[in-house]
Amino acid sequence: MCTYYTDHVALEGSGKGPQGWFSLGEASVYYDHPVHAPAEHTVNIDFLNRSLGPSARVAVELDPASARELARALLAAADSAGALPA
Amino acid sequence: MTKDIRGDLKAQTIMVRGHGDQEIEAYFAEPLGEGRYGGVVVIHHMPGYDRSTKEIARRFAAMGYLAVMPNLYHREAPGASPDDAAAAARAQGGVPDERLVGDVAGAIAYLKAHQKSNGKVGTIGYCSGGRQSFLSAVSLPLDAAVACYPGGVVNAPPAGAPVSFTPLIGRSKDLSCPLLGLFGEEDKFPGPDEVATLDKELSSLGKEHEFHSYPGAGHAFFDVDRPSYRVEAALDGWKRIEAFFGRHLAS
Repeated sequence: MCTYYTDHVALEGSGKGPQGWFSLGEASVYYDHPVHAPAEHTVNIDFLNRSLGPSARVAVELDPASARELARALLAAADSAGALPA
Repeated sequence: MTKDIRGDLKAQTIMVRGHGDQEIEAYFAEPLGEGRYGGVVVIHHMPGYDRSTKEIARRFAAMGYLAVMPNLYHREAPGASPDDAAAAARAQGGVPDERLVGDVAGAIAYLKAHQKSNGKVGTIGYCSGGRQSFLSAVSLPLDAAVACYPGGVVNAPPAGAPVSFTPLIGRSKDLSCPLLGLFGEEDKFPGPDEVATLDKELSSLGKEHEFHSYPGAGHAFFDVDRPSYRVEAALDGWKRIEAFFGRHLAS
């Protein structure tokens, strides 16, 4: 199915795309058809900076289990920001 | 129409005037014969104005139709790769219905003004484009419309969907042409219950339609580049499309 489900997240950070590093403005997170991954549906993330145009994008397509592992690792890393010395 | 059984055709990028009289990019494929041909507006799926949908446009030209596919994401992402353009369109909430209708109307005007046109035009769309083919058929005068696994016609899409996707079944009374619907029985968007609801609604309104649902197929069974491809469903679906457009668009 085509889910259309999309969550938008405002971001501060940087990403590296085809033209090199750029500042990120947001991410689209969605469960839908992948462009490249060999699956009917994947959890997809587009890291974007709309002000720099459509090609300012870092894209990933993950199977749901991988997405959960990534989310767990992200939370753990983010938690460490409070536990470790700055 | 003189069908060119050799499949000789010409395909190229053109500009058409779409919604708001704005120029947008489109892919145009035409038979090389000297006949008069029906027109087909190909409405691409949510992943965009991509290579596989251009192949579909060329297939219609080889079948003996003038085929034009407007780039529905041209405004967001002129010149971008199809996947980047689709991501940009998604980030902005998708294509508004009003704009889609204007862009399809522009594509229809291009086809009807073409010197090889026989004056008849239909639409075909896949996935979100299937819904947009139905939207076109309840909004514009057409001779035929094909909707392949159109989610969002009967039920509202799941939470988080772009706001522009609203159910269309309430507009069925305005359907201007015969409709061919092709569905996968294992699809959830639209699910079999939605297909049955739409079938019943169109029957009660006396609207000419022909629905086929394929066992063992889910969403996007025509898409040869994806694991969702189902060869039996796709081959039968193409036969149904060829017969349907042959009846309603070929002169």
